[in-house]
Amino acid sequence: MFRFIIRRLLQLVPTLFGLSVLLFVWLRRLPGGPETALLGERATPERVAQIRAMLGLDQPIHVQYARFMRQLLKLDFGNSIQTGRPVTQEFLERFPATIELTVVAMVIAVGVGIPLGFLAARRHGRWLDVGTVAASLIGICIPVFFLAYLLKYVFALQFHLLPTQGRLSAGLQRTDITGFYVLDGIMTREWDVVADSLMHLMLPGLALSSIPLAIIVRMTRASVLEVLGEDYVRTAEAKGLTEPVVRRRHILRNALLPVVTTVGLLTGGLLSGAVLTESVFALNGVGSFVKDAIFYKDYPGLMGFILIFAITYVLVNLAVDISYSFIDPRVRVR
Amino acid sequence: MSVLTPGRKAERIDRLAELTALADETGRSLWQEAFARLRRNPMAIIGAVIVALFLLLSIVGPLLAPYSPTAQIWREETSTAQGIFPGPRAENWLGVDHLGRDFFSRMLVGARQTLLVGVVATLVGFALGTLLGAVSGAAAGLGGRRGRWLDNILMRATDVLLALPSLLLAVSVAAVLGRSLTTVMIAVGVVQIPIFARLLRGSMLAQANADYVLAARSLGVRRWRIVLSHVVPNSLGPVIVQATLTLATAIIEAAALSYLGLGNPDPSTPEWGLMLADAQVFLEVRASWAFYPAAGIVITALGFTLLGEAMREALDPKLRK
Amino acid sequence: MALLEVSDLSVVFARRGQREVRAVDGVTFSVDSGEVVGLVGESGCGKSVTSLAVMGLLPKRGVRVSGQAVFDGMDLLRLDARAMRDVRGQDIAMIFQDPLTSLNPVVPIGVQVTEVLTRHRGLKGDAAAKEAAELLDRVGIPDPRRRLKEYPHQLSGGMRQRALIAMAVACRPRLLIADEPTTALDVTIQAQILELLKDLVRESGTALIMITHDLGVVAGMCDTINVLYAGKVVETAGRRDLFARPRHPYTVGLLGSIPRLDTVRGERLTPIRGSVRDVLPWAEGCAFAPRCDRRVDDCLNGPPDLVPVNGRGHEHRCVNPVPPEAVPTREQVEEMV
Repeated sequence: MFRFIIRRLLQLVPTLFGLSVLLFVWLRRLPGGPETALLGERATPERVAQIRAMLGLDQPIHVQYARFMRQLLKLDFGNSIQTGRPVTQEFLERFPATIELTVVAMVIAVGVGIPLGFLAARRHGRWLDVGTVAASLIGICIPVFFLAYLLKYVFALQFHLLPTQGRLSAGLQRTDITGFYVLDGIMTREWDVVADSLMHLMLPGLALSSIPLAIIVRMTRASVLEVLGEDYVRTAEAKGLTEPVVRRRHILRNALLPVVTTVGLLTGGLLSGAVLTESVFALNGVGSFVKDAIFYKDYPGLMGFILIFAITYVLVNLAVDISYSFIDPRVRVR
Repeated sequence: MSVLTPGRKAERIDRLAELTALADETGRSLWQEAFARLRRNPMAIIGAVIVALFLLLSIVGPLLAPYSPTAQIWREETSTAQGIFPGPRAENWLGVDHLGRDFFSRMLVGARQTLLVGVVATLVGFALGTLLGAVSGAAAGLGGRRGRWLDNILMRATDVLLALPSLLLAVSVAAVLGRSLTTVMIAVGVVQIPIFARLLRGSMLAQANADYVLAARSLGVRRWRIVLSHVVPNSLGPVIVQATLTLATAIIEAAALSYLGLGNPDPSTPEWGLMLADAQVFLEVRASWAFYPAAGIVITALGFTLLGEAMREALDPKLRK
Repeated sequence: MALLEVSDLSVVFARRGQREVRAVDGVTFSVDSGEVVGLVGESGCGKSVTSLAVMGLLPKRGVRVSGQAVFDGMDLLRLDARAMRDVRGQDIAMIFQDPLTSLNPVVPIGVQVTEVLTRHRGLKGDAAAKEAAELLDRVGIPDPRRRLKEYPHQLSGGMRQRALIAMAVACRPRLLIADEPTTALDVTIQAQILELLKDLVRESGTALIMITHDLGVVAGMCDTINVLYAGKVVETAGRRDLFARPRHPYTVGLLGSIPRLDTVRGERLTPIRGSVRDVLPWAEGCAFAPRCDRRVDDCLNGPPDLVPVNGRGHEHRCVNPVPPEAVPTREQVEEMV
């Protein structure tokens, strides 16, 4: 089993290597050249000279690349042009907000998506099924940023039901331990903080969950439909087993396998979606940082965050692959 | 021993026997069967109707527009500071936007631009992706060891591209190219390249192991002929489905890129995605400026998606009775 | 009083947008305690659908079932879903054709056996595991304790079918239905599985319905045989009578088309001409008429009735049956049987 994991990790190396090469090339292709990209347009000539020396722009390519790699491995992406602070520091400060958001979105997508997909498959051809398929098709066709604005407008401004700004209502005090508002609140038993921050996560979480929800519903429905036609379900029925047992052990146990892999693939979409949703709700996460970085041409920030996103995505998919081998005995390496 | 005397009854039976024999004895090709199944599928019909209407709109829209979409004719009547914008009236069916342009005309003309964005982006991904995939698949199947090595390299490269979430990849490409509509089209297209490449290659490799290829080889048919006249046409099915679905997502991704500020910096040329992105700030004042382009995008994307999904079901060999 | 009496069972498939299909058209047969009854016929004749209807395993939508299937005084077709679940697995059990697809690929074999024991006999934990191992041993699976933890893909085809049989007899059902249990297996394994079934039946007095298209299988096992064609029983007889004196042209055709070891070399095989699709609706006449060499005008006057041949329960549905003399000799029949 360990060998399997090691092998998969090793397969990552060429991919990560390729990514670094891509980033290297990308950096040098940016308008204005790498110096302007890294320092911004208002850089002083001394600083430009400094950067040139640091990057070794007069050196042969492989030397430059070596320096680049060294920096990457130290996780040194330079300073953000927007804030002037190291990119890594910006990331560490902001990622809790995004994690909370994506977790909420995933919980909604899975918690609603799987049961709904199952029910739709069970009632194949009837109104619930048709309606679910229609709704999920429409769901993937709605631009996420528009949905975010729509929700903000409808729920908050018209009905004043849910908060639309930030992570916590003004005036609420909280103790900061990890940066995760909900987690910290639970640990310090500040239940009002927990409730309030969850409320703040509702609308953005809902908006972000729309696409994963639609995909999970369709995936689950298709998978359950396929499993329902399988012989082993008929065998289970022929044994006279109760409905809950048939459903749990025979139908879902098989139908959810492809859904698990899909969940891994969806994290990429969640990260992208965060970029589009966070700023609408004034959430100070990595997503809104990326959005601002694009606007301000903060290339160090952009590069750092994109690289971290990519690595995260790859690692999450690896984790999903590995856990898949635990749950599907046919795939298990002996 | 009585045996049936020739007569009307015998003929009746024989004819009945003929009639009750099922119709699928006729050898219909995969495409014909798939098309027949499509015609009966309500999803396909709705999708096809939407796509047809959208295509029609793209073609005749600009001709039907009562005013120029970029002319700020009623600028004096608007006031952003006071939030005054003429609403729907006789001269302007959908009202006037914040720069005094006729919204209805913008919507009509915008259809064409939106279609253009979707088509170009899909074409970029399709053309380059299938080329890459075909080369890779052919190399793997025909090229021996060197070919497999080439295939490996190419697929690793696509893995790298796939490691980036699509929006961020598009953003990266757009950052290099500078802000324009073409940038958006290319960026969204580049994101699709690895998808098409993997799809075609996978399809080709699956075909290569099929029995009919083995049969053709045993008959002495040259390998490149097999690839060209058998493997490639049979692999195209999933790729065409993907192209249709890509059209839908391309339009939406283009809208997202516009929202992030990577689209055409000159907001005069109407394109639904750009119009939607620009309208967000005015949501409280005039929700319709966002609503109409959003509806346009959603319905169009839905049409292509329905069509693509229906095609996928129609081509699925597992569903053939 | 028979254990199971099926009377005038009909199953009609009526899906939206498609023609109605009468898969089973008024089938009547019975099974006594401890009896082995064969349901024989080509693919599509309705034998599988009949058994699925009796078990209540047909889908609810798009299917119309009529008639009666009385088991131990209860009409199974009128039972509600919950009651039927109690019957299945406990009083009546079924094994199917393809052992690979009939087993849940992600659940260990042991669990698939113990779940039946838990459901109907209330056994749990170690007691259930012990009983499961004994069952696997009884059906001839070597090293049963180890097998309990294994998954279906780790077993061979024959062992999978044995495991399925173990699951079916776990609760000592009074009736076992075997739907083409050997069709997907190698010939040598076929014989073993059939022997196993025979043993089990003899030992426990379970009645068995054997569904197959293979008359050879039937000859070795069944006490009574029902030959089906196009959804109706066209001949029913005890084993000896059926092989010694088959009357219906279809039965004769089936028997005649079996290739045999002692056939003279070069002699052509004699298939039944035409194909299953060359069928006439029963309402218009005998469904077999288009393929029958003994066709007469009367064959087109609506469905023939079942006529008894002798007092031993031999009946057939033909207006121009094959005369008893024109049939393989007694020696040949003894050989087959």
